[in-house]
Amino acid sequence: MRDYFYSYLKSDATPGAAGNMLWAFIYIMLIFMGLSIAVIAMNWLERKVLAHMQVRLGPMRVGPHGLLQPIADAIKLLIKEDIMPAEADKLVFWMAPLIVVTTAFTTFIVVPFGPQHAVTDMNIGILFMLGVSSLGVLGIVMAGWASNSHYPLIGALRSSAQMVSYEVAMGLAVVSAVLMTSLHGAGIYATGGGSGMGTLSMIEIVRAQQEQQAWFAFKFFPLGLVAMFVFAVAMVAETNRAPFDLPEAESELTAGFHTEYSGFRWSLFFLAEYSAMIAVSSILVTLWLGGWLRPFPNLLAGPAWDLVFSLFPGLTFLALAGLTLFSAARMPKLRYFRVQTIGLAGFGALLGLIGLILFISPVRAWVQDIYWFVAKVAVFMYLYIWYRGTFPRYRFDQLMKVGWKVLLPTGLGVLIVTAIVGVL
Amino acid sequence: MTDTSKYLSHLELGERDETFLDSNELVINMGPQHPATHGVLRVILKLDGEKVLGTECVIGYLHRGVEKIAENRTYTMFNPYVDRMDYVAAVSNGLGYCEAVEKLLNVEAPPRAKYIRVILTELNRIASHQLWLGTHALDIGAITPLFYTFRDREEILKIFEKYCGARLTTHAFRIGGCQYETYDGFEREVKKFVDFVRPKIDEYEELLTTNRIWVERTKGVGVISDKDSIALGVTGPVLRASGVKWDIRKAQPYAAYSEMDFEIPTGTHGDTYDRYLVRMAEMRQALRIISQAVEKIPEGPIMAKIPKVLKPPVGEIYHSIEAPKGELGYFVVSDGSTQPYRVRVRPPSFVNLQALDLMVRGQLVADVIAVIGTLDIVLGEVDR
Repeated sequence: MRDYFYSYLKSDATPGAAGNMLWAFIYIMLIFMGLSIAVIAMNWLERKVLAHMQVRLGPMRVGPHGLLQPIADAIKLLIKEDIMPAEADKLVFWMAPLIVVTTAFTTFIVVPFGPQHAVTDMNIGILFMLGVSSLGVLGIVMAGWASNSHYPLIGALRSSAQMVSYEVAMGLAVVSAVLMTSLHGAGIYATGGGSGMGTLSMIEIVRAQQEQQAWFAFKFFPLGLVAMFVFAVAMVAETNRAPFDLPEAESELTAGFHTEYSGFRWSLFFLAEYSAMIAVSSILVTLWLGGWLRPFPNLLAGPAWDLVFSLFPGLTFLALAGLTLFSAARMPKLRYFRVQTIGLAGFGALLGLIGLILFISPVRAWVQDIYWFVAKVAVFMYLYIWYRGTFPRYRFDQLMKVGWKVLLPTGLGVLIVTAIVGVL
Repeated sequence: MTDTSKYLSHLELGERDETFLDSNELVINMGPQHPATHGVLRVILKLDGEKVLGTECVIGYLHRGVEKIAENRTYTMFNPYVDRMDYVAAVSNGLGYCEAVEKLLNVEAPPRAKYIRVILTELNRIASHQLWLGTHALDIGAITPLFYTFRDREEILKIFEKYCGARLTTHAFRIGGCQYETYDGFEREVKKFVDFVRPKIDEYEELLTTNRIWVERTKGVGVISDKDSIALGVTGPVLRASGVKWDIRKAQPYAAYSEMDFEIPTGTHGDTYDRYLVRMAEMRQALRIISQAVEKIPEGPIMAKIPKVLKPPVGEIYHSIEAPKGELGYFVVSDGSTQPYRVRVRPPSFVNLQALDLMVRGQLVADVIAVIGTLDIVLGEVDR
């Protein structure tokens, strides 16, 4: 048993590929836990960042700087009365959030946080991911239909039309990235070595970027960049976020497909939405931004730079700890705030401790892949918030126009040109 | 679901194919509890998918019988009630009523009072437009401008609070003038506010005017021609955006507006985007008026000589002013007693709301929201 446990640590395959069920289970649990924490953190961050963009403070009451607000909200949602409309289709109403949340979480099976940090390495990874994530629309339609109410129905119809149309553009962009795994190009477009074998496996796609010494965003410039842009727009629409948040357009449809949902069922939709955001951002990062690879692998090459970049995780946590301790020092010096100040200082100390642990050599090597992956995804999560603070909402016909008349031709064009440039 | 058939029966919905069941038309109630109807407006929408086939406004959820109340109050006692109609532009409401009764009494407010009235109503116009901009942008999905406009509107409310003690329902004016003299540093603060808010208006414009999505969402949406506007009695920025240069401040000057130098911004297309531009320009014009009024404000009394008990001579009067939302008219009938025989209010929101059906028919659901926002209705005024 012990050997079984330790033997995996020395291998360089994912647990699923190595057939190690115990570690696969551990990874599933870790991802589930990490995702839940990420959603909680995202909830807090979204409110805070949005608030600061809008000249207000955001949550400040529950815990220092509102840090415990998401937890308080979660508790509130869990102990709320479970309301099911009398007219609703009970079974479908019950199943819809489960389908949405299951599909959102299932996609993470193939997300590679590092060369061996994934539950499994499927040879059709990207296909699996797109397939499963598009199943989510089923749950949304079911939710809208089962509510037996007008606004959710319109919301669900909008949502399904939107997700189906944007999936096409998204798929085309993905295909052009997959194409790049096998093509090296010639002349100014020539890239480094590599097996030249095309692949759909998420891990192999990142490996291909490593071997070709070019992230696909910068390969065949500007083709990769355009494809990434198409994907980045489509993924916002795919996850029903601003400015494409028509299915839940508050001012029009109150809350769209989940108008009739409350309490725990609603929180499942919430969880699914944020997980889906993380999932599509992960696809983008994997396909175009080198997944777990550290930035500037060519420009700043060499063991010295490797060492510097491997210090980043620890430094980030130390910076966060510093920020937290600074905030703790700035807390009002009143008795009323003493508990909060101590809590904040404790949180800062915890972050600092984690930062110090991350400096230890084996941990450092083990964690830096995950760190770079998460950092890149975090950039896109921030963009999601930024969009929400900046853009008005598209109208339905305009949304369709953007999807079919702008993104689809662009995606198609990029795909064709990529193929031509690659074969030349 | 309530029975909505009786409301939409009069709408001409075109030829219907009787061979199939009427399955593709959806009747939904938007409101009275809805985040984007600005209060308790209920709009019954008949939809074909996303397309609006017809609308019907159901109003009266906020009806308080303000006009009836007037008949049981003295002229002075009724004054605060008018503040509760358009509660985001209470100062304008009070001005209209006070001037109507003054006309009936045949007295005139002293010049200083007139200037104070101009300054406060123009400040209120900016506040009203700021609130409109914030909520309108919020309806269209831009959540950030709301907080910017509310932040800056706060400065206006602070001036109101310092002047008369109230922020929203100000009851700033009295029949015959103003009750309060301006506080120390009033002029300085108003000037400071003008300098403060001018770049802020540019800031709102920066967020929206050239924003692609904003332009796409508002251009060509809710178009109303100048003829239709006049036929429906639409006034205010909605009328001016259709190209009609009609502003009561210029056409029938009241208070001290005849001494002010300002322009009437107009649009050309009569769509939501033009109405947005007109209101933005109006805010700048209001700033211009305020800075002139503050410069030129004369010294002197603030109350005309009026009796303690108001008993206007028998007669009737119609007086209208340019409120932020359009022509706000008061028709006051006196039977010689201390109480008005009848007060009829012509609220701009109520009349402008008539245009909703014309503006949204054939457009999409999302446009209904945009149009309700752009009409800038306040339900307190619609229902009275």
